[in-house]
Amino acid sequence: MSDKLILVKIDGKDYQFSQGITILNACKIANYDIPTLCYLENIAEEGSCGMCVVEVKGAKTLQRACIIKVTEGMEITTESSAVREARKLNLELALAHHPLDCMTCDADGDCELQELAYEFGIKRSQFLDEKEVFEYPKETSWDSNPFIQFDPQKCILCRRCVDACESQAIVEAIGIGMRGYKSTVSTPFNLPLEQTDCQFCAACVQACPVGALVEKPRVGKGKIFNLEKTDTICAYCGTGCEVTLYRDKKNDLVLARGIDDSIVNEGRLCVKGRYGYEYVNSKDRLTTPLIKENGKFREATWEEAIEYTSKRLLEIKEKYGPDAIGVLGSSRCTNEDNYVVQKFARAVIGTNNVDNCARLCHASTIAGLGKALGAAAATNPIEDIKNADVMFVIGSNMTETHPVISQFIKENQRKRGAKLIVCDPRKTDLAKVSDIHIQHYPGTDVALLNGTMKVIVDKGLVNKEFIEAHTEGYDEFVKIVSKYDIETVSKITGVDKALIEKAAEMYATAPNATIFYTMGITQHSVGTDNVLSVANLALVTGHIGREGNGINPLRGQANVQGACDMGALPDVYTGYQKVIDPASREKFEKAWRVKLPDKAGMPVTEFGDAALSGKLKAIFAMGENPLMTEPDIKHVRKGFENLEFLAVQEIFLSETAELADVVFPSAAAYEKEGTFTNTERRVQLLRPAREKPINAKFDWEIVSLVSTKIGYPMKYKNADEIMDELAKLTPSYAGIHHFRLEQSGIQWPCPTDDHEGTKILHYGGNFKRSNGKAFIAPVEYIKAKELPDKEYPFILTTGRILYHYHSGNESRRVKVLDTFVPRNYIEISKEDAESLKINNKDSVRVSTRRGSIDLEARVSDKPKKSVVFISFHFREAAANILTNAALDPVSKIPEYKVAACKIEKIK
Amino acid sequence: MKGRSLTDALHDIQSGNKENYIPEKDALTVSEKSKVSLSKVYGFATFYSMFSVKPRGKRIIRVCKSLSCHMGKAEEVIEKLKEVLGIGIGETTEDGEFTLEESSCLGMCSVSPAIMIDEIPFGNLTVDQIPEIIKKVKSEGSQEKIYTEQILPAQGRVVLKNVGVINPESIDEYIASRGYLALKKAIENGPQWVINEVKKSELRGRGGAGFPTGRKWEFTAKAPGPQKYLICNADEGEPGTFKDRVIMEGDPHSIIEGMIIAAFATGCNNGYVYIRGEYDLSIRRIEKAIEDARSHGFLGRNILGSGFSFNIEIHKGAGSYVVGEETTLMESIEGHRGEPRKKPPYPPTFGLLGKPTVINNVETLANVPPIIANGADWYRTIGVTESYGTKLFSLSGDVNWKGVIEAPFGARLSYITNEFGGGVKNGKKLKGIILGGVSGTLLTPDQFDTSVDFNSLATIGAGPGSGSIVVMDETRCIVDIAKNIAYFFKYESCGKCTPCRIGTEQVYKIVDRISKGRGEEEDLDILERLGENMRLTSFCPLGQTAPNIIVQSIKKFRDEWIEHIKDKKVEGGSNER
Repeated sequence: MSDKLILVKIDGKDYQFSQGITILNACKIANYDIPTLCYLENIAEEGSCGMCVVEVKGAKTLQRACIIKVTEGMEITTESSAVREARKLNLELALAHHPLDCMTCDADGDCELQELAYEFGIKRSQFLDEKEVFEYPKETSWDSNPFIQFDPQKCILCRRCVDACESQAIVEAIGIGMRGYKSTVSTPFNLPLEQTDCQFCAACVQACPVGALVEKPRVGKGKIFNLEKTDTICAYCGTGCEVTLYRDKKNDLVLARGIDDSIVNEGRLCVKGRYGYEYVNSKDRLTTPLIKENGKFREATWEEAIEYTSKRLLEIKEKYGPDAIGVLGSSRCTNEDNYVVQKFARAVIGTNNVDNCARLCHASTIAGLGKALGAAAATNPIEDIKNADVMFVIGSNMTETHPVISQFIKENQRKRGAKLIVCDPRKTDLAKVSDIHIQHYPGTDVALLNGTMKVIVDKGLVNKEFIEAHTEGYDEFVKIVSKYDIETVSKITGVDKALIEKAAEMYATAPNATIFYTMGITQHSVGTDNVLSVANLALVTGHIGREGNGINPLRGQANVQGACDMGALPDVYTGYQKVIDPASREKFEKAWRVKLPDKAGMPVTEFGDAALSGKLKAIFAMGENPLMTEPDIKHVRKGFENLEFLAVQEIFLSETAELADVVFPSAAAYEKEGTFTNTERRVQLLRPAREKPINAKFDWEIVSLVSTKIGYPMKYKNADEIMDELAKLTPSYAGIHHFRLEQSGIQWPCPTDDHEGTKILHYGGNFKRSNGKAFIAPVEYIKAKELPDKEYPFILTTGRILYHYHSGNESRRVKVLDTFVPRNYIEISKEDAESLKINNKDSVRVSTRRGSIDLEARVSDKPKKSVVFISFHFREAAANILTNAALDPVSKIPEYKVAACKIEKIK
Repeated sequence: MKGRSLTDALHDIQSGNKENYIPEKDALTVSEKSKVSLSKVYGFATFYSMFSVKPRGKRIIRVCKSLSCHMGKAEEVIEKLKEVLGIGIGETTEDGEFTLEESSCLGMCSVSPAIMIDEIPFGNLTVDQIPEIIKKVKSEGSQEKIYTEQILPAQGRVVLKNVGVINPESIDEYIASRGYLALKKAIENGPQWVINEVKKSELRGRGGAGFPTGRKWEFTAKAPGPQKYLICNADEGEPGTFKDRVIMEGDPHSIIEGMIIAAFATGCNNGYVYIRGEYDLSIRRIEKAIEDARSHGFLGRNILGSGFSFNIEIHKGAGSYVVGEETTLMESIEGHRGEPRKKPPYPPTFGLLGKPTVINNVETLANVPPIIANGADWYRTIGVTESYGTKLFSLSGDVNWKGVIEAPFGARLSYITNEFGGGVKNGKKLKGIILGGVSGTLLTPDQFDTSVDFNSLATIGAGPGSGSIVVMDETRCIVDIAKNIAYFFKYESCGKCTPCRIGTEQVYKIVDRISKGRGEEEDLDILERLGENMRLTSFCPLGQTAPNIIVQSIKKFRDEWIEHIKDKKVEGGSNER
């Protein structure tokens, strides 16, 4: 039926179209220009503005092209005097209340109303009431926030903003209030936007065709035609949103817009993507190399700094051996940067002591998924979310950490009726809208998952055929899991039995079910076990290896996937080729023309202790800020202070850079060429959206200079060339070259130049382990390393919040973000607050065995009783003073998610 | 539908609230319970005129400002109320006792001017009565109903045969007058027979459009899927129209029986009667009728042993004219703002909650039992070709006798106004009538020979519409009438589409300007162009028909308009809020 073509006449010519398309789309295909104002493809189909009207033979009225579908034999006239008169009048009506202050409007040149007025030659609407428009401005009370400005006078009630809020942001913070000529776009009860569910993603602003909604920080920063635009990739989380950045004549970035036809984000951005670019403009940017003399930095020339660094590194290497040096790659730097820095560690320094902050977030994923599936990456693309019938989210506060992905998840729930299960100790925003929320105690994931799987096994809901054909280890697994009866599990996790059973059934019986997890799973002393358990759940139910079925760890940093892919890890070269594997080593030795170390190196989480004990003497860090992000940072700082030499490449004088002997000013991601690999393995092209500071250099360039000085020449001309080199050495990246990434990037594995990349890993149950089968690993529940006791009665769990990012060096230099959330706070349940006599906004001191911080209390419905939450973005109240450095024995990831703490009210 | 509707929930909150409004915290509770976002709840609450999100007085006084009451000097009533209460429109007395609001047509056109205090209507008001009423209501509450509806003596009545004859609250009296026999007959003969009979009768929808009812039913009967809905559109709101109210108040079972037969024929298991919130007595009568029908086995499971089950729920409106449009009405039941849907798809295949839905007007459904009981052939003996049966007319304005009459199709307009209506009041000459409500047609005495039926009216560019006839005598100022109508549409436009939202506002602005002696001749051209644009490009019938009377009045009374403009006449009273 649907592929049957129908005959339609447009302006006298015959055309054939598939059934069910609108007149507007038919005209678009046939190249007829129909003006629109309220229409926004895939977002708004209101049919309200009356601009797209056409004549349809036999109809008594003009027809709206945007909503009326073509039918067999339809005769359409797109241009006639009646059509033109109607469009013109409707435009004049839209302009009846619209102030003609284009001269001072930020949307000038970017305004669909203005364009149409130009096209129709409307200088001044015959209905314009200047008094009303200029002398009695309409009042709005809800735009008191720092992000979004609303001018109701300019609003033409097209409702694109409301539709974007509903269908893109999925929050419905704004709607239409009142009726008729009094209708307005408003928040419920005209509440300030910040008191609604608004997440300030500003999808509404991007959807606005006029200047009614504007990003506040851009006001007065230049009109669109005076800004230069660049398409690049957002530098915050690992979603990899494609973004257009606009810079002004002073080289400042002033505006960000999501790219509408992006397969990754479909035009969406989150508040950080939308507003968070501002840090690159900061006056705090490092603009010259610094060398520390007598405890103080002095400005230095590049020659001096390179010379000094290479000299010190060589001395230390000679004196203590190469393994006395540690190198840090960075998940915020490009693939090319990371490739070069790990090559530097291995080929130039001669050590495998190279790591990146993935250690702190997804090391357990690499270990766990590597062991279970043979590949340590998300199995399915973001666009595949829509194919899932059940979405199982565990340990992921994604509305704050991966907001755009959470929007796709909520969209799938709302629009397609998919079910959402959220397992999280906190009642996160996603948990609030979930169909089932399992609020287990932090650190009890294995027990929960084993209990869930026992239900699945007992009820016969396992996928026997899949297990048989594509896995091994099931029998051993069943023995272990059978110990986790529902009563025990309920007791350990603090979750109602029925809820666990319901979730187990919902997940297991779904035609298509997919899993998402984040730090709530990985950042535990049992992180690898957690990941294995998650994998087991997918494997025993066969929910993996096809559309709508998979395991998707969401990566937290823009290039955390890539930094690992590039081998900025102590045990692997690029593409997870093991350093202990002689064949791999030989390949790299040949390519790099040096002898390479044959033992795995040290993970960054051991750098602090090693430095303290004197085993590690120098660290060369490309970015990274371990003195904010490592657990128990007081202890780590002692270690770093004990180093003989510390060199840091940075864009700001971070907490770690402050301690360095040499600091190199580098380029920020928005100034770079190169690639990021996002959470769905998509290698994406970065393009410089602004000039880097004159005296700063690219990260790979700095490493190359040091390397060359040390005596290992690196003469890369650009990032493109680096990619070509690493592609040759990396089977999964072999077909990836910059020129191939222009459109929407390529998902690895991409083994050849004509391969189009891999959307779904392990497709058809063909796992990447050597025998092609997945491993179902038996996992026992082990308690967290530090549990509450009399002295420290609360469980502290740490993480991120929506408005800030990691160590805060970027987001806290974004004025609007830092104005909105200027200080750290602890989330505490109502019950606990009451028992401690703590009121909302009281100051409290939170202490663990490692230290104390003072911060504000927020009494919240998010945490479970006896669980508290603190974010780690604020140097004034650094959560990592409190966290426990207990490591997962396999992956060496620290236990950020569980520590015992106490809370005292302070005056 | 699961649970209670959003309208019901908000009605409950408001009636349980001391200050007669919907506070934010209660809206939040509703939002959480119903999983409807707070902004949607707010958007809903602020759309309907009977809801308020701001505190109001203990009692709400609604003054009808629509055409018939306006002609009956509603403005004087408003002025007196303002004076007595010491407040303006939209304000609350200091003692928190009364809030004064204006309202669109309350359906009491035959007893204009009219007001409602809470749910109690007061008609045939004189300015002198007002202090007394306020005093009495304050001390004793508003209990009395001080007007009665007039119906002309029974003569060839089909739809109104029981009205004024039987006790509307007694199902026994309805049954005694051959009630529910049609249902039994329908069940005996089966759904297809019913559809055939209705098709054969050529019954046409009485809501205005005149679509053949039998065909509508057939579409839905043939639409796939087990879940189908039947809706009785009792959201009568067209100014000058009150005939549906008269049926609901006078013979509710005839509607219920019509609905059951329609549902049986089309395979609907759930039905709604969407009654406008202002029609309190109608709601109570229909409620009682449903209860009694259920207890007599005419409603519920396995009706009369037929295996057919059907239930009816009442949906109480909350103040919106546009909700009378069928897709808008369904949106409203679903808990959305009263905004129209795009068509196609049409309700018979995609209606309430996306399911096939039959939606018929009250009068249409009340025609069904007599057709089934007496047969299509009998029905076709009444009326004229392609317009069979009778039509109810609501007569108001400058006419001697006001009320509802039932006349067979084919009667002359002059016969209706003169024979039934007793001619123009006070012996004045006739200026014209507004037929079919303010979205209908303006007819002048030269057109009074026209037979009232679909085809004949079509030849003069008219239609029976809602069947209301507002008579204007020679002294009426056409600009004043136009201004009142323009105000009505500006107030009732849902605001969704630009041509209507701003169009109705601009039309009012221009007419108002003219009425205040500040008009210019070119304003008339603008009105005509704007009107044509609204007709051609408004999203739904409200905007498409809003300019009808105004544009027609310019065509028919251009001289009067021009005179008004040239002489800078100030006339017609204030329509400002």
